[in-house]
Amino acid sequence: MTGSPHETSPSFLSEWREGIAELAPAMIAAMPLALLYGAIAASKGLSPFAVALSSGLVFAGGAQLAAIEMWTTPVPVAAIVLSTVLINARYVLMAASLAPKVAHMPLWARLLGFHVLADENWALAERRAAMRRLTLPYFLGAGAVFWLNWVAFSWAGAILGPIIGDPRRFGADFAFTAIFIGLVASFVTTRRQVAVVVASAAAATLTHWMLGSPWHVLAGAFAGMGMAVLVWTPAPEAAT
Amino acid sequence: MSLDVTTFLAILGMALGTYACRLTGLLVGARLALAGRAKAALDAIPPAVLTAVIAPTLFATGWPETLAGAVTVLAALRLPLLGVIAVGVAAIVVLRLLAG
Repeated sequence: MTGSPHETSPSFLSEWREGIAELAPAMIAAMPLALLYGAIAASKGLSPFAVALSSGLVFAGGAQLAAIEMWTTPVPVAAIVLSTVLINARYVLMAASLAPKVAHMPLWARLLGFHVLADENWALAERRAAMRRLTLPYFLGAGAVFWLNWVAFSWAGAILGPIIGDPRRFGADFAFTAIFIGLVASFVTTRRQVAVVVASAAAATLTHWMLGSPWHVLAGAFAGMGMAVLVWTPAPEAAT
Repeated sequence: MSLDVTTFLAILGMALGTYACRLTGLLVGARLALAGRAKAALDAIPPAVLTAVIAPTLFATGWPETLAGAVTVLAALRLPLLGVIAVGVAAIVVLRLLAG
């Protein structure tokens, strides 16, 4: 909001288009996942409207899939909400890391943009921010399309679910894993970052084995951060 | 509409809990101006979080997932994102068929 908003700013449309183009693979990977979510939810008795509403309001694939696995009648509301918060606690870290890079945007854009913040568009925004200034159409514009994609396909999954059968047959669940591998690879360019990834993977696997599902995410996140602190050395080229 | 009260409450609770996490980060992070080791820790968040989410799938599910993960990592070293997903999904379908 400070300074001239038009200082060498690339056009709204080109930034938006670029954001969507970079998010396109993630959107395609999210489609089978959203179909999977919708299909399972429908099989548990949720209406297509309830499925679309949950995707629109929650917008967190991993937590939604976990919640729908826990879904029974009567609905264990407290357990589902607690599991959701634990799985999404990583968003505190993710949002904190991204916040300074969007500080120049108006408050409404940040409030909306952080609602449509998922792992994939957050990772791409971080990568982009490392190279150039994040713009509103790139961040919020592409995020909104990502959101719409998720809502539409989970709604479609609720309707089509009974027809197509289990999308896991087509490896739909692994699309999520594959895109995360691709995103991690785009961050890992130095040996130190390899150490971060190894520490996170080891801690997460171990914690998942000992404590179970939501805890591994935080354990891995903090192990990776700890490793980054351990291997840190003042770099001579850090002046930039 | 086909939406009972309990379902709505569960969805609302999930939505509020999730947005609270995102908002907390936004409020805390905007005040951070870090350098040195603290900045290194913050910079490690993206790869560390993403890795942690998928680690159990890769290392504690079964050999098809572990092997498909290894194939996907190799693909990630040379292919664009969409290619990585295609290779990963193809690998898991084939390996799960082999596993029976």
